[in-house]
Parts: sequence; C-alpha cells; structure tokens
Amino acid sequence: MTAVVDPQVAADPLPPRRRNRAWEKFRRSPSALLGGVIVLFFLIVALLAPVLPVPGPAETDWGAVRKAPTWAHPFGTDEIGRDVLSRMIWGAQASLLAGVVSVLIAVFLGMPLGMLAGYMRGWTDAVISRFTEALLAAPFLILAIALAAFLGPSLTNAMIAIGLSAMPVFIRLARAQTLIVMTEDYVESARAVGIGHVGMIGRYILPNIVPPIIVQSTLTIATAVIAEASLSFLGLGQQPPAPSWGAMLNTAKNFLDQAPWMALYPGVAIFLVVLGFNLLGDGLRDALDPRDH
Amino acid sequence: MLTFLGRRILTAIPTIILISIFVFSLQHLLPGDPILVMAGEERDPEVIAALREKYRFNDPVPMQYLAWAGNALQGDLGISLRTQQPVLELIGEKLPVTIQLAVMALIIAILIGIPAGVLSAYKKGTWIDWVANITALSGLSVPNFWLGIMLILLVSVKLGWLPASGYVPLTEDPLQSIRVMIMPAFVLGTAIAATLMRHTRSAMLSVLKSDYVRTARAKGLQERVVLVKHALRNALVPVVTVITLLFGELLAGAVLTEQIFTIPGFGKLVVDAVFNRDYAVVQGIVLCTGIAFIFMNILADAAYRILNPRMSQQ
Repeated sequence: MTAVVDPQVAADPLPPRRRNRAWEKFRRSPSALLGGVIVLFFLIVALLAPVLPVPGPAETDWGAVRKAPTWAHPFGTDEIGRDVLSRMIWGAQASLLAGVVSVLIAVFLGMPLGMLAGYMRGWTDAVISRFTEALLAAPFLILAIALAAFLGPSLTNAMIAIGLSAMPVFIRLARAQTLIVMTEDYVESARAVGIGHVGMIGRYILPNIVPPIIVQSTLTIATAVIAEASLSFLGLGQQPPAPSWGAMLNTAKNFLDQAPWMALYPGVAIFLVVLGFNLLGDGLRDALDPRDH
Repeated sequence: MLTFLGRRILTAIPTIILISIFVFSLQHLLPGDPILVMAGEERDPEVIAALREKYRFNDPVPMQYLAWAGNALQGDLGISLRTQQPVLELIGEKLPVTIQLAVMALIIAILIGIPAGVLSAYKKGTWIDWVANITALSGLSVPNFWLGIMLILLVSVKLGWLPASGYVPLTEDPLQSIRVMIMPAFVLGTAIAATLMRHTRSAMLSVLKSDYVRTARAKGLQERVVLVKHALRNALVPVVTVITLLFGELLAGAVLTEQIFTIPGFGKLVVDAVFNRDYAVVQGIVLCTGIAFIFMNILADAAYRILNPRMSQQ
C-alpha cells in the first residue's frame, strides 16, 4: 500500500549547495508543484473551516433534504438536510489531522527503533527486526481494523491504529539508513576519536535519516488519508454526527439513486488530497535523490 | 532449494510466535474481563466457568498465552459468538469467495498493468508514457471503495448492465458467478494494476538499457521479438515477486470491496465480526492473514530464486 523510499536516497546530509539544487529541481517539476498546491489548498480550507461563510456542519434544514446542488448549497444537501460543502470542509480537518497525526505516531515510534536496531546491531537488531516483520505480516487495513475493534471505534483510535500499522516502514527505513551511515569513513573516524553515542546519533545519523524520512512521510500521509477514510467508511473511524469524508461516503451509498451528489464530492476530495500527497512525495524523492546530481 | 526453504521456514517461526503474542494481547486491550465478553450477552455462569477453565484465566498471563497458543496450534481458534461455529470453520467457509474475488482481480490487474508498463517503458518520454503514468498515479490515489460506489451508480443504477450486489458460487452457475463478481474484481484490480504498471515500467526501463537487448537488436531481430522474448521475460522476474507480495493489498482491498458489493467473503466476515463484538473471529482472522502473509513472502523469495538462477547459485 505504501511506496517505500529507496534507502540509498539522500545518503548524505544535504549541504547548502545540494539543498539549493534540490529546491531548484523540486521547483522545476510541474507535478511536484501541483501536488504542493493541492495539499496547501486543502490545508488552508481545513484551517479556515470555522470562518468560511458556510452553514455549520451539523446544521440541519428539514426543508432541504437531499436537495441537488443549488446556489444556496453548491454541493447539495444530505439525507437530513445538512450542507454537503460545509461537511466536506470540516471533513478535511478530520482527514488531514488523521493523515498527519498517524504518520507522526509512526515516525516518532519507528525512527528511534530503526536507528537503535541499525546502531546497536546484534540482539537488539534481531529483536526489533522480528518485531517489525510480525507487524508487517498483518495487512495494513486488517491490523487497523483489529486495533480499532479492540480499542473501540473513534478518530483517535483510528489514528493510533493507522500509526502503528505504518510504523514498520519507518523502522526499516531508519535502520537501513543508519546501517549505510555507519559504514562511512567519517563515522569510523568520529568513533575513533571517541565521540559518544548521543553525539554520533545527533551529529551523524539523524541528519542523514531526515530527508528520506520526510519523503516517506509524505507518501505515507497519502496512504493514511485513504486508511482513515476506509476506517470511517466502515464505521470504525470518525463517529457520526462529526463530519468525515469516509463516513459521508458510507451514508451516501444508501442514497445513490436519489442523491448521487452525496457520493461524488467526498470521493473527489479524498482522491485529490491523496493525489496531492503522492505527487508531492514523488517530487521530493526526485529532488532529494543524490544519484541524479 | 529445499535447504533454502527449510531455512526460510525456520526463520519465520519467531515471527509467527510474535504475531500470535500480538493477537493474544488484543483481548487484553478490551476494557473489563475478556471472558465476560467471550461469554456473550447471556453470561451463563456455566459457560463463564468453562471458558475460564479452557483459557486458564485463573493462571498468570504467560500460562494463559500458552493455553491459547496450544489450542490455536490444534486449529482451535475459539467459537464465533454470533454463529456458534468454530472460527476456523467459518474462515474456511468464507475464504473461497474472497479467493475467487482476489484471483479475478489479479487477472484484471495483470491484463492491464503489465502491457501498460511495457508500453510506457517502450514509449518513454512520449505522451503514451505520460498518460500511462498519470493513470497509474490516479489508480493509486483513488479510494477503491469510492470507485466501487461510482461504478454501482453508473453501471448498475443508471445503465442497469450488471447487478450491484450479491454472490453466486462458481460451482453453482459459473457464468452468473463471473457476471456478479466482475465489477468488484475490476474495482479491486485497478489499484493493483497501478502498482504492477509502475513496477513493470521500471523493470522494463532497466532491461531495455542492457547489453543483451542491444545485441538482440543488432542481430536484426524483430522489435516485437526483442521486446517480448528478450526484454519482458527478464523484466518479469521482479514483477512476479511483486505480485506475490501484493497479497496483503488484495486482502485489505477485498475487505472494502466486499462491504460495498455485499459479497459474503472473508472481508465482510471481519467487518461483521467487529460490529458484533465477535472478538474470537477478529483474532482468528488476524492470525490467519499474518501466517498466510509470511508464507506468501517465503513463496515470493522462492519464486525469485527459481526465476533468477543466479540467485540460487549463490
């Protein structure tokens, strides 16, 4: 489900000149910029949700139940007369929040574990690697469903479940990256002059790991947004009446005959956000790939 | 090869143990006494006592795990609260439905993904490559449950061509079975097709640059022969491995697809189990998919070695 970043990517910390070149490369890629613009658009919409001139997401208008798009309701209304556009704008908050928070969980748990495995090797590495394999063995959605089932359905639990399911990718990436850095001559010399563990990790390993982690995070947010929508669609994520795109689609499928617009717009929104993060991730990967310089 | 397989299976054992510990721990995430949950709403004291005895709930947690794992090893994954059937039997009942869906989806994915990848690599940098790439990225970005809803709207509701839901066993009426399953399989197949296309494209690109393809061309072979017999044959090695590894994606996609098209398969079983608080079923499914996934990984490694003789000589 998740595209995996090549561990070779950005094996060196980016010196200023390389950083400029990376930015130049990113700027010249129309698809990466398009991705950035899409993501930014949805971020702004989500942040401005409370001040945008739309009815409240829970405001019902019983005189306008399942009404097709009009000027008053540009995206139509739902089965109890709520404005679909408003629910989509508020739903963007849930989607982006879930995408970002679950990836943060995955990064902050996965990166230290991966670094530890690559740095300590031996038994620590063996234990962490087996643990990662076990986590990887349960398909992303099955694991998320199982956790949501046992932790109880809510957006917070969905985020935890998605974060835990996405964690193995980051453990593997951080481990591979650490192993690469550890074989570099300058790390050998640093060790020879007696730099301690904290210094080694802070000065040499971390800066090398961050660029590929950023790329992987961007691509994983795309997967996480779909995962949150899927869980909410199944009723295991955001709980009604709180708006979320996946839950909107779940209701919409019962009214396909009478109100197809209810199903159209939330799907388009999920598609665009995911496409945006995928384009952005691909663009960042190309820009940060040292082999192309 | 046998030594390789033996070693791979041995290294899989600790992973399987870890998965089982994880699955066992799930029940301890439940608030309150798991036995009360397992006993269902009636909470018959005799049932509770029997369950406590069976799962050694008066013993320390490690002993409880050993008892649970011992039962699981003998194929006893517990009883479904809803249907009162053994979990393993329930899974066995639903599995053929999902396998049919997954196989049909995979065929569709291969038929779309591999030719598209070959064409895109062969026409690199042209509009064909561009269209193929954009389509693949869109295929990866579109939530497949939404694609399913949109197809039901168009094909079933508006055009009335195919049924929107239902299931007919393949053994009962093969033609009708395929007719009912074709739309869900297409929905599930598109995302896989996108992944396959991307992998085929990159594998073909590196093969097309190789010396033996240049030699084949220099010999004056027809371009079609060069492309299919020399390039594609080699490019397919990593692609076959990827197909084996797509198992997880297929299964996760099946959960959603079965939900939309109301197909009574494995995916619908897990979702229904969640809502019915049928925890033994959820645990059983996670354990079975985990173990199946590990064996698919071993199969992928084996396939790679068979297809790439240089690997097995190492």
